[in-house]
Amino acid sequence: MSELVIGGVSLSSRFLLGTGKFKSKQELQEVIQRSKTDVVTVALRRIDIEKNEDNIVSYIPEGVTLLANTSGARNAKEAVRIARMSRETGLGNWVKIEIMTDSKYLLPDNQETIKATEILAAEGFVVLPYVSPDLYVARDLVKAGAAAVMPLGSLIGSNQGLRTRTLIEVLINEIHEVPIIVDAGIGRPSHAAEAMEIGADAVLVNTAVASAEHPALMAEAFAQAVAAGRLAWEAGAGDQSAIARASSPLTGFLHE
Amino acid sequence: MSKLDALFQRDTEDLAQEAQRITRQYWGRAISLFAPLYISNFCENACVYCGFSSRMHIKREKLTPEQIDAECKALAATGIQNVLLLTGESHIKSPLSYLIEAVEIAKKYFPNIAVEVQPMDTDDYRQLVAAGVDGMTCFQETYDEALYPSLHPKGRKHDYRYRLGTPYRAAEAGIRRVGFGALLGLNDWRPEVEALFAHVADVENRFPGTDIAISFPRLLPIEGALVKPKPISDEVLVRIMCIARILFPRVCITLSTRENARFRDNVLPIMVTQISAASATTVGGYARPRVDHDGQFAPSDERSLAEVKKMLITKGYDPVFTDWRRL
Repeated sequence: MSELVIGGVSLSSRFLLGTGKFKSKQELQEVIQRSKTDVVTVALRRIDIEKNEDNIVSYIPEGVTLLANTSGARNAKEAVRIARMSRETGLGNWVKIEIMTDSKYLLPDNQETIKATEILAAEGFVVLPYVSPDLYVARDLVKAGAAAVMPLGSLIGSNQGLRTRTLIEVLINEIHEVPIIVDAGIGRPSHAAEAMEIGADAVLVNTAVASAEHPALMAEAFAQAVAAGRLAWEAGAGDQSAIARASSPLTGFLHE
Repeated sequence: MSKLDALFQRDTEDLAQEAQRITRQYWGRAISLFAPLYISNFCENACVYCGFSSRMHIKREKLTPEQIDAECKALAATGIQNVLLLTGESHIKSPLSYLIEAVEIAKKYFPNIAVEVQPMDTDDYRQLVAAGVDGMTCFQETYDEALYPSLHPKGRKHDYRYRLGTPYRAAEAGIRRVGFGALLGLNDWRPEVEALFAHVADVENRFPGTDIAISFPRLLPIEGALVKPKPISDEVLVRIMCIARILFPRVCITLSTRENARFRDNVLPIMVTQISAASATTVGGYARPRVDHDGQFAPSDERSLAEVKKMLITKGYDPVFTDWRRL
């Protein structure tokens, strides 16, 4: 399986993991290990900056890249402040931009996300913006210096799968400068495999793992599904067809 | 039949199962912790059911800046990071300037500050936001416009409409989280709950960026108060809270120490996302726990923060101390 490179870092796993909603940090630690992920997102607002004891960051294994997210930001200005606070706190310079101004649907604000991406990329951050899938927005993000584009598969936390599949396919077909990472809505390993089969470069999952009966087991299931989906993409899956295709065509005689 | 009628007809266990499924999906196994901090109990109102009413002959006190500092320090030392600053409702004793001063002090100790104080105009809320306030709570108490004036005979609280408009003014001013509640037991619960849900839904629609929290306080009998609460059974309260979760999956549901430990521990995994713990309900109650004082109510759950934290972990929940930090 080919390597994924984001912000100059080679990642062997194409499965990024969110760290919210777990019952304990010990459980999270086991999930991270079992997922074999190279990147985990952490909401800065949930990090107890002042205390080292029980700080979520101390449960993240060495070698796993921390992707601070700006969860809670309502506009570009707030996202930029959170990202800077995160870097000053020593959490590194990877940031997932998450800007929401709708508490009911939690849909990302694409316009504000573009603004924040531009500012933070210029400041040297590795910026991974979370957006609703839109080709124009994706192009603007690339121009703004994003290290990847992260379109949502369906509403965050909904476990509904790739409801935006057609729009994500457009991004996969048209955006080649940076990886496309499907983030939000992936509820089953089969959804993750589907995203990888259509050519997404990676997926980010949280709720589906955290809300499973056995989160660590589910993390492993996702890791395998992501790897399988990627292999299938690289293998070049045959076209699907609604009707059977005879392996001996009727019109074969025309070419004999 | 309305959606609400249909919900109220369902079996309690069935409601609880759905509420838990939604809560686990949207919130996961995390419960935020906060504590109230009373800085003043002077009040201009005379709510007939309240221990802080201006009619009540209780010891009145307003903390000085030094005392607020000591109080914040004592509470922060317990590990609490989300604080709810409370006062009685007095524009004279706890005016905006006093509240701003208190917020400036509390900022040194807490990354997240909410207030439960007298309702204000939008511009006043803007000043609180600028000072560092993230959340506010204002209970409507009762949504029955005919009953309301008799329960609130005096003071600015007498104006039903002004109080009803409070969450809108706060949201307009940019307060991140707005808290709602009806004081259950003042009136028949069903119309109260319906009106509360309609109020929440309207604010949610008009201010999609504002986070909403709902509390379901049950009126406790207060010595000397003029109103005897209409009882709300545990089952009715659980049903109401489940329905709130089903109607509003992303709304924060808060449970205070008004409820006893047994009730809290059992209801918590169903739909609750935020609880108060180790609460002092007297002015200055953290730095001077032994001072004999009249609280707004007597907490029913008197466990320490460490005990509540342990209970959460045992039940498979991650106790969250910081869920937002002021930027």
